Amino acid sequence: MSEVQQQPGRGFPGGYGQGPRAALLLLADGRFPAGGHAHSGGVEAAVADGRVHDAASLAAHCRGRLHTTGLVAAALAAAATAGADPLGLDQAADARTPSAALRTVSRRLGRQLLRAARAVWPAPALDDLAAALPRGAHQPVVLGLAAAAAGLGPLDAAYAAAYESVSAPATAAVRLLGLDPFHAAAVLARLAAETDSVAAEAAAAGRRAAADGPGTLPAPGAPLLDVLAEAHAAWPVRLFAS
Amino acid sequence: MHLDHPEVFPERYAHSAAEPGSRALRVGLGGPVGSGKTATVAALCRALRDRLRIAVVTNDIYTREDADFLLREAVLPPERIAAVETGACPHTAIRDDISANLEAVEDLEAAVGPLDLVLVESGGDNLTATFSRGLVDAQIFVIDVAGGDDIPRKGGPGVTTADLLVVNKTDLAPYVGSDLDRMARDAAAQRGDLPVVFTSVRAEAGIDPVASWVESRLAAWTAVGV
Ligand SMILES: Nc1nc2c(ncn2[C@@H]2O[C@H](COP(=O)(O)OP(=O)(O)O)[C@@H](O)[C@H]2O)c(=O)[nH]1
Ligand SMILES: [Mg+2]
Repeated sequence: MSEVQQQPGRGFPGGYGQGPRAALLLLADGRFPAGGHAHSGGVEAAVADGRVHDAASLAAHCRGRLHTTGLVAAALAAAATAGADPLGLDQAADARTPSAALRTVSRRLGRQLLRAARAVWPAPALDDLAAALPRGAHQPVVLGLAAAAAGLGPLDAAYAAAYESVSAPATAAVRLLGLDPFHAAAVLARLAAETDSVAAEAAAAGRRAAADGPGTLPAPGAPLLDVLAEAHAAWPVRLFAS
Repeated sequence: MHLDHPEVFPERYAHSAAEPGSRALRVGLGGPVGSGKTATVAALCRALRDRLRIAVVTNDIYTREDADFLLREAVLPPERIAAVETGACPHTAIRDDISANLEAVEDLEAAVGPLDLVLVESGGDNLTATFSRGLVDAQIFVIDVAGGDDIPRKGGPGVTTADLLVVNKTDLAPYVGSDLDRMARDAAAQRGDLPVVFTSVRAEAGIDPVASWVESRLAAWTAVGV
Protein backbone atom coordinates (compact mmCIF):
# COMPACT_ATOMS: atom_id res chain seq x y z
CA MET A 1 0.00 0.00 0.00
CA SER A 2 3.03 2.24 -0.08
CA GLU A 3 1.91 3.62 -3.44
CA VAL A 4 -0.56 5.74 -1.52
CA GLN A 5 2.19 7.28 0.52
CA GLN A 6 2.99 10.66 -0.85
CA GLN A 7 5.28 13.58 -0.52
CA PRO A 8 3.79 17.05 -0.26
CA GLY A 9 2.76 18.03 -3.75
CA ARG A 10 2.99 14.55 -5.23
CA GLY A 11 -0.29 13.45 -6.71
CA PHE A 12 -1.69 16.98 -6.64
CA PRO A 13 -1.54 18.47 -10.13
CA GLY A 14 -2.55 21.97 -9.02
CA GLY A 15 0.54 22.30 -6.83
CA TYR A 16 0.33 21.81 -3.10
CA GLY A 17 -0.42 24.91 -1.07
CA GLN A 18 -0.34 26.96 -4.26
CA GLY A 19 -4.03 27.18 -5.03
CA PRO A 20 -6.48 30.01 -4.48
CA ARG A 21 -7.38 30.58 -0.82
CA ALA A 22 -11.01 31.01 -1.73
CA ALA A 23 -11.11 27.23 -2.24
CA LEU A 24 -11.15 27.05 1.57
CA LEU A 25 -14.50 28.83 1.60
CA LEU A 26 -15.90 26.20 -0.72
CA LEU A 27 -14.46 23.30 1.27
CA ALA A 28 -15.71 24.68 4.59
CA ASP A 29 -19.15 25.69 3.30
CA GLY A 30 -21.84 23.68 5.04
CA ARG A 31 -23.54 23.37 1.65
CA PHE A 32 -20.57 21.62 0.07
CA PRO A 33 -22.27 18.40 -1.12
CA ALA A 34 -20.42 15.85 0.98
CA GLY A 35 -23.18 14.45 3.17
CA GLY A 36 -22.63 16.61 6.25
CA HIS A 37 -26.16 18.04 6.32
CA ALA A 38 -27.58 14.77 7.65
CA HIS A 39 -25.26 14.72 10.69
CA SER A 40 -25.81 16.71 13.88
CA GLY A 41 -22.33 16.59 15.40
CA GLY A 42 -23.71 14.79 18.44
CA VAL A 43 -26.31 17.44 19.12
CA GLU A 44 -29.41 15.34 18.40
CA ALA A 45 -28.46 12.93 21.18
CA ALA A 46 -27.42 15.78 23.47
CA VAL A 47 -30.76 17.54 22.92
CA ALA A 48 -32.68 14.37 23.72
CA ASP A 49 -30.58 13.98 26.86
CA GLY A 50 -31.57 17.49 27.93
CA ARG A 51 -27.98 18.70 27.81
CA VAL A 52 -28.34 21.10 24.90
CA HIS A 53 -31.46 23.25 25.12
CA ASP A 54 -30.49 26.85 24.39
CA ALA A 55 -27.71 28.99 22.97
CA ALA A 56 -25.55 28.76 26.10
CA SER A 57 -25.69 24.98 26.30
CA LEU A 58 -25.08 24.79 22.54
CA ALA A 59 -21.99 26.94 23.01
CA ALA A 60 -20.73 24.59 25.72
CA HIS A 61 -21.33 21.58 23.48
CA CYS A 62 -19.49 23.19 20.58
CA ARG A 63 -16.62 24.34 22.74
CA GLY A 64 -16.09 20.89 24.19
CA ARG A 65 -16.22 19.37 20.76
CA LEU A 66 -13.79 21.91 19.32
CA HIS A 67 -11.09 21.23 21.90
CA THR A 68 -11.43 17.44 21.82
CA THR A 69 -12.58 15.66 18.69
CA GLY A 70 -12.29 18.93 16.76
CA LEU A 71 -8.60 19.20 17.55
CA VAL A 72 -8.03 15.55 16.68
CA ALA A 73 -9.83 15.91 13.36
CA ALA A 74 -8.02 19.13 12.54
CA ALA A 75 -4.61 17.60 13.30
CA LEU A 76 -5.38 14.53 11.19
CA ALA A 77 -6.52 16.74 8.33
CA ALA A 78 -3.44 18.96 8.56
CA ALA A 79 -1.17 15.93 8.65
CA ALA A 80 -2.81 14.55 5.52
CA THR A 81 -2.35 17.87 3.74
CA ALA A 82 1.25 18.02 4.94
CA GLY A 83 1.99 14.72 3.22
CA ALA A 84 1.75 12.12 5.99
CA ASP A 85 0.87 8.60 4.85
CA PRO A 86 -2.95 8.60 4.62
CA LEU A 87 -3.20 4.94 5.59
CA GLY A 88 -1.18 5.54 8.74
CA LEU A 89 -3.39 8.52 9.51
CA ASP A 90 -6.46 6.40 8.93
CA GLN A 91 -5.29 3.97 11.58
CA ALA A 92 -4.45 6.86 13.88
CA ALA A 93 -8.03 8.08 13.44
CA ASP A 94 -9.37 4.64 14.34
CA ALA A 95 -7.24 4.63 17.48
CA ARG A 96 -8.55 8.08 18.44
CA THR A 97 -12.23 7.25 17.90
CA PRO A 98 -13.40 4.95 20.72
CA SER A 99 -17.04 4.77 19.58
CA ALA A 100 -17.62 2.16 16.88
CA ALA A 101 -20.67 4.13 15.75
CA LEU A 102 -18.56 7.24 15.24
CA ARG A 103 -15.87 5.26 13.42
CA THR A 104 -18.53 4.05 11.01
CA VAL A 105 -19.92 7.56 10.59
CA SER A 106 -16.47 9.00 10.00
CA ARG A 107 -15.72 6.46 7.26
CA ARG A 108 -19.09 7.00 5.65
CA LEU A 109 -18.58 10.76 5.62
CA GLY A 110 -15.04 10.19 4.35
CA ARG A 111 -16.36 8.17 1.46
CA GLN A 112 -18.94 10.82 0.65
CA LEU A 113 -16.39 13.62 0.84
CA LEU A 114 -13.99 11.66 -1.35
CA ARG A 115 -16.67 11.27 -3.99
CA ALA A 116 -17.32 15.01 -3.97
CA ALA A 117 -13.63 15.95 -3.87
CA ARG A 118 -12.78 13.67 -6.78
CA ALA A 119 -15.41 15.37 -8.87
CA VAL A 120 -14.51 18.90 -7.76
CA TRP A 121 -10.69 18.74 -7.45
CA PRO A 122 -9.53 15.66 -9.38
CA ALA A 123 -6.12 14.43 -8.21
CA PRO A 124 -4.26 11.11 -8.41
CA ALA A 125 -3.76 11.11 -4.63
CA LEU A 126 -7.55 11.02 -4.16
CA ASP A 127 -7.88 8.15 -6.64
CA ASP A 128 -5.15 6.27 -4.80
CA LEU A 129 -6.93 6.67 -1.47
CA ALA A 130 -10.21 5.48 -2.99
CA ALA A 131 -8.48 2.40 -4.35
CA ALA A 132 -6.68 1.67 -1.08
CA LEU A 133 -9.72 2.16 1.20
CA PRO A 134 -12.82 1.52 -0.89
CA ARG A 135 -15.07 1.30 2.17
CA GLY A 136 -14.09 4.82 3.05
CA ALA A 137 -11.20 6.50 4.83
CA HIS A 138 -11.83 8.59 7.94
CA GLN A 139 -13.36 11.93 7.03
CA PRO A 140 -10.54 14.17 8.41
CA VAL A 141 -7.95 12.25 6.38
CA VAL A 142 -10.01 12.74 3.23
CA LEU A 143 -10.55 16.38 4.17
CA GLY A 144 -6.79 16.89 4.38
CA LEU A 145 -6.18 15.30 0.99
CA ALA A 146 -9.09 17.23 -0.51
CA ALA A 147 -7.56 20.44 0.81
CA ALA A 148 -4.25 19.54 -0.81
CA ALA A 149 -6.04 18.71 -4.05
CA ALA A 150 -7.67 22.14 -3.88
CA GLY A 151 -4.22 23.68 -3.59
CA LEU A 152 -4.62 24.52 0.11
CA GLY A 153 -2.09 24.01 2.90
CA PRO A 154 -2.15 22.21 6.28
CA LEU A 155 -3.39 25.23 8.25
CA ASP A 156 -6.28 25.61 5.81
CA ALA A 157 -7.24 21.96 6.26
CA ALA A 158 -7.06 22.38 10.03
CA TYR A 159 -9.36 25.40 9.80
CA ALA A 160 -11.89 23.48 7.74
CA ALA A 161 -11.95 20.57 10.20
CA ALA A 162 -12.01 22.73 13.32
CA TYR A 163 -14.79 24.92 11.99
CA GLU A 164 -16.79 21.91 10.90
CA SER A 165 -16.58 20.49 14.43
CA VAL A 166 -18.62 23.45 15.69
CA SER A 167 -20.71 24.42 12.66
CA ALA A 168 -22.37 21.00 12.35
CA PRO A 169 -23.87 21.04 15.88
CA ALA A 170 -24.89 24.69 15.54
CA THR A 171 -26.77 24.07 12.29
CA ALA A 172 -28.46 20.97 13.68
CA ALA A 173 -29.47 22.76 16.87
CA VAL A 174 -31.34 25.35 14.81
CA ARG A 175 -33.35 22.56 13.21
CA LEU A 176 -33.86 20.50 16.36
CA LEU A 177 -34.62 23.20 18.92
CA GLY A 178 -36.06 25.92 16.74
CA LEU A 179 -33.18 27.92 18.16
CA ASP A 180 -32.99 31.47 16.85
CA PRO A 181 -30.56 31.18 13.91
CA PHE A 182 -28.96 34.52 14.85
CA HIS A 183 -28.13 33.15 18.28
CA ALA A 184 -26.62 30.02 16.76
CA ALA A 185 -24.49 32.13 14.42
CA ALA A 186 -23.41 34.28 17.37
CA VAL A 187 -22.27 31.12 19.19
CA LEU A 188 -19.98 30.35 16.25
CA ALA A 189 -18.77 33.92 16.06
CA ARG A 190 -17.80 33.90 19.75
CA LEU A 191 -15.86 30.66 19.22
CA ALA A 192 -13.90 32.11 16.30
CA ALA A 193 -10.77 33.02 18.26
CA GLU A 194 -10.66 29.61 19.91
CA THR A 195 -11.19 27.99 16.52
CA ASP A 196 -8.15 29.92 15.31
CA SER A 197 -5.95 28.64 18.10
CA VAL A 198 -7.16 25.06 17.73
CA ALA A 199 -6.45 25.24 13.99
CA ALA A 200 -2.94 26.62 14.62
CA GLU A 201 -2.18 23.94 17.21
CA ALA A 202 -3.54 21.26 14.87
CA ALA A 203 -1.51 22.51 11.91
CA ALA A 204 1.69 22.34 13.96
CA ALA A 205 0.80 18.86 15.16
CA GLY A 206 -0.03 17.81 11.62
CA ARG A 207 3.31 19.00 10.26
CA ARG A 208 5.09 17.20 13.09
CA ALA A 209 3.19 14.00 12.35
CA ALA A 210 4.12 14.25 8.69
CA ALA A 211 7.76 14.23 9.76
CA ASP A 212 7.70 11.95 12.82
CA GLY A 213 4.74 9.66 12.18
CA PRO A 214 1.09 9.72 13.25
CA GLY A 215 1.80 8.51 16.80
CA THR A 216 2.63 12.07 17.78
CA LEU A 217 -0.82 13.35 16.89
CA PRO A 218 -2.94 14.72 19.76
CA ALA A 219 -5.58 12.40 21.18
CA PRO A 220 -7.99 14.26 23.47
CA GLY A 221 -11.39 12.65 23.72
CA ALA A 222 -14.91 13.53 24.81
CA PRO A 223 -16.28 10.40 26.52
CA LEU A 224 -19.83 11.73 26.72
CA LEU A 225 -19.91 12.34 22.95
CA ASP A 226 -18.85 8.72 22.47
CA VAL A 227 -21.43 7.37 24.91
CA LEU A 228 -24.25 9.46 23.45
CA ALA A 229 -23.23 8.52 19.90
CA GLU A 230 -23.47 4.83 20.76
CA ALA A 231 -26.95 5.36 22.20
CA HIS A 232 -28.03 7.50 19.25
CA ALA A 233 -26.95 4.86 16.74
CA ALA A 234 -29.46 2.46 18.33
CA TRP A 235 -32.44 4.83 18.26
CA PRO A 236 -35.17 3.42 16.04
CA VAL A 237 -36.30 6.88 14.96
CA ARG A 238 -34.10 9.92 14.49
CA LEU A 239 -33.72 12.92 12.23
CA PHE A 240 -29.95 12.86 11.87
CA ALA A 241 -27.64 10.01 10.93
CA SER A 242 -25.32 10.89 13.83
CA MET B 1 -5.36 -3.91 9.42
CA HIS B 2 -8.95 -2.69 9.81
CA LEU B 3 -11.85 -4.90 10.68
CA ASP B 4 -14.51 -2.86 8.99
CA HIS B 5 -13.61 -2.57 5.33
CA PRO B 6 -12.50 -5.85 3.83
CA GLU B 7 -14.25 -5.58 0.45
CA VAL B 8 -13.14 -3.73 -2.61
CA PHE B 9 -15.65 -1.97 -4.83
CA PRO B 10 -13.73 0.69 -6.75
CA GLU B 11 -16.80 1.38 -8.91
CA ARG B 12 -18.44 2.96 -5.87
CA TYR B 13 -16.33 5.98 -6.47
CA ALA B 14 -17.98 6.73 -9.77
CA HIS B 15 -18.97 10.32 -9.21
CA SER B 16 -22.67 10.06 -9.83
CA ALA B 17 -24.53 9.49 -13.05
CA ALA B 18 -23.22 6.81 -15.38
CA GLU B 19 -23.64 5.96 -19.05
CA PRO B 20 -27.17 4.84 -19.89
CA GLY B 21 -27.56 1.09 -19.61
CA SER B 22 -24.34 0.57 -17.65
CA ARG B 23 -26.21 0.09 -14.38
CA ALA B 24 -29.75 -0.12 -13.02
CA LEU B 25 -32.22 2.56 -14.05
CA ARG B 26 -32.81 4.91 -11.09
CA VAL B 27 -36.29 6.36 -10.76
CA GLY B 28 -37.13 8.99 -8.13
CA LEU B 29 -40.60 9.38 -6.61
CA GLY B 30 -41.39 12.79 -5.17
CA GLY B 31 -44.47 14.66 -4.05
CA PRO B 32 -46.28 15.93 -0.96
CA VAL B 33 -46.59 13.85 2.20
CA GLY B 34 -49.44 11.36 2.00
CA SER B 35 -50.02 11.55 -1.75
CA GLY B 36 -49.24 7.85 -2.19
CA LYS B 37 -45.53 7.62 -2.96
CA THR B 38 -44.96 4.60 -0.73
CA ALA B 39 -48.15 2.98 -2.02
CA THR B 40 -46.86 3.53 -5.57
CA VAL B 41 -43.47 2.03 -4.70
CA ALA B 42 -45.16 -0.98 -3.10
CA ALA B 43 -47.48 -1.52 -6.05
CA LEU B 44 -44.64 -1.12 -8.57
CA CYS B 45 -42.61 -3.72 -6.73
CA ARG B 46 -45.51 -6.16 -6.72
CA ALA B 47 -46.20 -5.56 -10.39
CA LEU B 48 -42.61 -5.79 -11.62
CA ARG B 49 -40.64 -7.91 -9.16
CA ASP B 50 -41.17 -11.18 -11.06
CA ARG B 51 -39.66 -9.71 -14.20
CA LEU B 52 -37.13 -7.21 -12.84
CA ARG B 53 -34.44 -7.13 -10.19
CA ILE B 54 -35.58 -4.22 -7.99
CA ALA B 55 -34.30 -2.37 -4.92
CA VAL B 56 -35.74 0.61 -3.02
CA VAL B 57 -34.20 3.54 -1.13
CA THR B 58 -36.49 5.49 1.21
CA ASN B 59 -35.85 9.00 2.59
CA ASP B 60 -38.19 9.38 5.51
CA ILE B 61 -38.39 12.68 7.26
CA TYR B 62 -38.50 10.64 10.41
CA THR B 63 -36.59 7.55 9.42
CA ARG B 64 -37.80 4.07 8.72
CA GLU B 65 -41.58 4.56 8.50
CA ASP B 66 -41.64 4.00 4.75
CA ALA B 67 -39.00 1.29 4.84
CA ASP B 68 -40.90 -0.46 7.63
CA PHE B 69 -44.16 -0.26 5.68
CA LEU B 70 -42.50 -1.85 2.65
CA LEU B 71 -41.02 -4.54 4.89
CA ARG B 72 -44.36 -5.23 6.58
CA GLU B 73 -46.05 -5.49 3.23
CA ALA B 74 -43.22 -7.81 2.15
CA VAL B 75 -43.04 -6.23 -1.29
CA LEU B 76 -39.31 -7.00 -1.44
CA PRO B 77 -36.87 -8.96 0.72
CA PRO B 78 -35.38 -6.75 3.47
CA GLU B 79 -31.90 -6.70 1.97
CA ARG B 80 -33.35 -4.87 -1.05
CA ILE B 81 -34.69 -1.93 0.98
CA ALA B 82 -32.45 0.80 2.41
CA ALA B 83 -33.42 3.87 4.45
CA VAL B 84 -31.50 7.14 4.34
CA GLU B 85 -31.57 9.74 7.12
CA THR B 86 -32.07 13.26 5.85
CA GLY B 87 -31.24 15.53 8.81
CA ALA B 88 -34.72 17.08 8.74
CA CYS B 89 -34.22 18.29 5.18
CA PRO B 90 -35.60 15.69 2.75
CA HIS B 91 -35.26 17.93 -0.29
CA THR B 92 -31.56 18.49 0.45
CA ALA B 93 -30.91 14.75 0.41
CA ILE B 94 -32.41 14.27 -3.06
CA ARG B 95 -31.26 17.48 -4.71
CA ASP B 96 -28.57 19.65 -3.10
CA ASP B 97 -26.44 16.97 -1.46
CA ILE B 98 -27.16 13.53 -2.85
CA SER B 99 -24.16 11.82 -1.20
CA ALA B 100 -26.06 9.57 1.21
CA ASN B 101 -28.60 8.52 -1.40
CA LEU B 102 -25.93 7.70 -3.97
CA GLU B 103 -24.20 5.57 -1.39
CA ALA B 104 -27.37 3.77 -0.45
CA VAL B 105 -28.03 2.96 -4.11
CA GLU B 106 -24.48 1.76 -4.64
CA ASP B 107 -24.48 -0.28 -1.43
CA LEU B 108 -27.65 -2.03 -2.59
CA GLU B 109 -26.10 -2.73 -5.97
CA ALA B 110 -23.02 -4.13 -4.28
CA ALA B 111 -24.99 -6.24 -1.80
CA VAL B 112 -27.76 -7.67 -3.98
CA GLY B 113 -26.85 -6.54 -7.51
CA PRO B 114 -26.81 -6.52 -10.41
CA LEU B 115 -30.16 -4.74 -10.46
CA ASP B 116 -32.48 -3.57 -13.22
CA LEU B 117 -34.39 -0.88 -11.33
CA VAL B 118 -33.77 1.22 -8.22
CA LEU B 119 -36.70 3.25 -6.87
CA VAL B 120 -35.76 6.23 -4.68
CA GLU B 121 -38.68 7.61 -2.64
CA SER B 122 -38.24 11.15 -1.34
CA GLY B 123 -39.24 12.08 2.18
CA GLY B 124 -42.28 13.97 1.02
CA ASP B 125 -41.95 17.66 1.27
CA ASN B 126 -43.49 20.42 -0.74
CA LEU B 127 -44.23 21.16 -4.36
CA THR B 128 -40.76 22.50 -5.08
CA ALA B 129 -38.80 19.35 -4.23
CA THR B 130 -37.27 17.63 -7.25
CA PHE B 131 -34.50 15.09 -7.67
CA SER B 132 -31.00 15.88 -8.87
CA ARG B 133 -30.10 14.35 -12.23
CA GLY B 134 -26.96 13.15 -10.52
CA LEU B 135 -29.10 10.81 -8.42
CA VAL B 136 -31.92 9.58 -10.67
CA ASP B 137 -32.39 9.04 -14.38
CA ALA B 138 -36.09 9.78 -14.33
CA GLN B 139 -38.58 11.09 -11.81
CA ILE B 140 -42.23 10.56 -11.00
CA PHE B 141 -44.16 13.23 -9.11
CA VAL B 142 -47.12 11.89 -7.14
CA ILE B 143 -49.98 14.18 -6.08
CA ASP B 144 -53.51 13.18 -5.13
CA VAL B 145 -56.97 14.47 -5.82
CA ALA B 146 -57.67 15.00 -2.11
CA GLY B 147 -54.76 17.43 -1.68
CA GLY B 148 -56.66 20.08 -3.61
CA ASP B 149 -57.59 20.07 -7.30
CA ASP B 150 -55.75 23.37 -7.79
CA ILE B 151 -52.30 21.78 -7.36
CA PRO B 152 -51.75 21.19 -11.11
CA ARG B 153 -52.71 24.82 -11.77
CA LYS B 154 -50.25 26.07 -9.13
CA GLY B 155 -47.47 24.23 -10.92
CA GLY B 156 -44.01 24.23 -9.35
CA PRO B 157 -40.98 22.23 -10.48
CA GLY B 158 -42.38 18.82 -9.51
CA VAL B 159 -45.71 19.19 -11.29
CA THR B 160 -44.19 21.00 -14.27
CA THR B 161 -41.00 19.10 -15.00
CA ALA B 162 -41.32 15.55 -13.62
CA ASP B 163 -40.99 12.90 -16.31
CA LEU B 164 -44.32 11.43 -15.17
CA LEU B 165 -47.05 13.12 -13.13
CA VAL B 166 -49.26 10.69 -11.21
CA VAL B 167 -52.55 12.09 -9.91
CA ASN B 168 -53.44 9.45 -7.34
CA LYS B 169 -56.54 8.50 -5.32
CA THR B 170 -59.05 9.15 -8.09
CA ASP B 171 -61.36 6.87 -6.07
CA LEU B 172 -61.69 9.72 -3.58
CA ALA B 173 -62.62 12.40 -6.14
CA PRO B 174 -66.41 12.11 -5.61
CA TYR B 175 -66.00 12.49 -1.84
CA VAL B 176 -63.74 15.53 -1.88
CA GLY B 177 -65.39 17.21 -4.84
CA SER B 178 -62.28 17.34 -7.02
CA ASP B 179 -62.78 18.26 -10.65
CA LEU B 180 -60.63 15.73 -12.53
CA ASP B 181 -61.22 17.31 -15.93
CA ARG B 182 -59.99 20.59 -14.67
CA MET B 183 -56.93 18.92 -13.08
CA ALA B 184 -56.18 17.25 -16.41
CA ARG B 185 -56.51 20.52 -18.35
CA ASP B 186 -54.31 22.38 -15.85
CA ALA B 187 -51.68 19.62 -15.88
CA ALA B 188 -51.57 19.60 -19.66
CA ALA B 189 -51.17 23.38 -19.69
CA GLN B 190 -48.25 23.16 -17.23
CA ARG B 191 -46.55 20.13 -18.75
CA GLY B 192 -47.00 20.29 -22.49
CA ASP B 193 -46.30 16.84 -23.90
CA LEU B 194 -45.04 15.29 -20.65
CA PRO B 195 -47.27 12.38 -19.56
CA VAL B 196 -49.90 12.47 -16.80
CA VAL B 197 -51.63 9.44 -15.27
CA PHE B 198 -54.86 9.58 -13.27
CA THR B 199 -55.23 6.47 -11.12
CA SER B 200 -55.76 4.87 -7.74
CA VAL B 201 -52.59 2.95 -7.12
CA ARG B 202 -54.24 0.92 -4.37
CA ALA B 203 -57.01 -0.29 -6.65
CA GLU B 204 -56.84 -3.53 -8.62
CA ALA B 205 -54.62 -2.88 -11.69
CA GLY B 206 -54.40 0.77 -10.63
CA ILE B 207 -50.63 0.71 -10.87
CA ASP B 208 -50.60 -0.63 -14.44
CA PRO B 209 -50.20 2.69 -16.28
CA VAL B 210 -47.32 3.66 -13.99
CA ALA B 211 -45.69 0.24 -14.35
CA SER B 212 -45.92 0.44 -18.16
CA TRP B 213 -44.31 3.86 -18.10
CA VAL B 214 -41.44 2.53 -15.94
CA GLU B 215 -41.00 -0.43 -18.30
CA SER B 216 -40.81 1.83 -21.33
CA ARG B 217 -38.19 4.00 -19.59
CA LEU B 218 -36.25 0.87 -18.74
CA ALA B 219 -36.44 -0.39 -22.33
CA ALA B 220 -35.07 2.94 -23.56
CA TRP B 221 -32.36 2.87 -20.89
CA THR B 222 -31.08 -0.60 -21.69
CA ALA B 223 -31.38 -0.03 -25.46
CA VAL B 224 -28.90 2.85 -25.21
CA GLY B 225 -26.57 0.67 -23.15
CA VAL B 226 -26.07 -2.12 -25.72
N1 LIG C 1 -58.11 6.02 -1.24
C1 LIG C 1 -56.87 5.85 -1.60
N2 LIG C 1 -55.90 5.91 -0.65
C2 LIG C 1 -54.62 5.74 -1.05
C3 LIG C 1 -54.25 5.50 -2.39
N3 LIG C 1 -52.91 5.39 -2.46
C4 LIG C 1 -52.44 5.56 -1.20
N4 LIG C 1 -53.47 5.76 -0.34
C5 LIG C 1 -53.40 5.96 1.13
O1 LIG C 1 -52.88 7.25 1.39
C6 LIG C 1 -52.11 7.24 2.58
C7 LIG C 1 -50.72 7.78 2.30
O2 LIG C 1 -50.07 6.94 1.36
P1 LIG C 1 -48.50 6.79 1.31
O3 LIG C 1 -48.17 5.90 0.17
O4 LIG C 1 -47.95 6.43 2.64
O5 LIG C 1 -48.10 8.31 0.99
P2 LIG C 1 -46.64 8.96 0.89
O6 LIG C 1 -46.48 9.82 2.10
O7 LIG C 1 -46.69 9.80 -0.35
O8 LIG C 1 -45.63 7.87 0.80
C8 LIG C 1 -52.09 5.79 3.05
O9 LIG C 1 -53.06 5.64 4.03
C9 LIG C 1 -52.42 5.02 1.78
O10 LIG C 1 -53.03 3.79 2.07
C10 LIG C 1 -55.31 5.42 -3.36
O11 LIG C 1 -55.09 5.20 -4.56
N5 LIG C 1 -56.58 5.61 -2.92
MG1 LIG D 1 -43.92 7.58 1.94
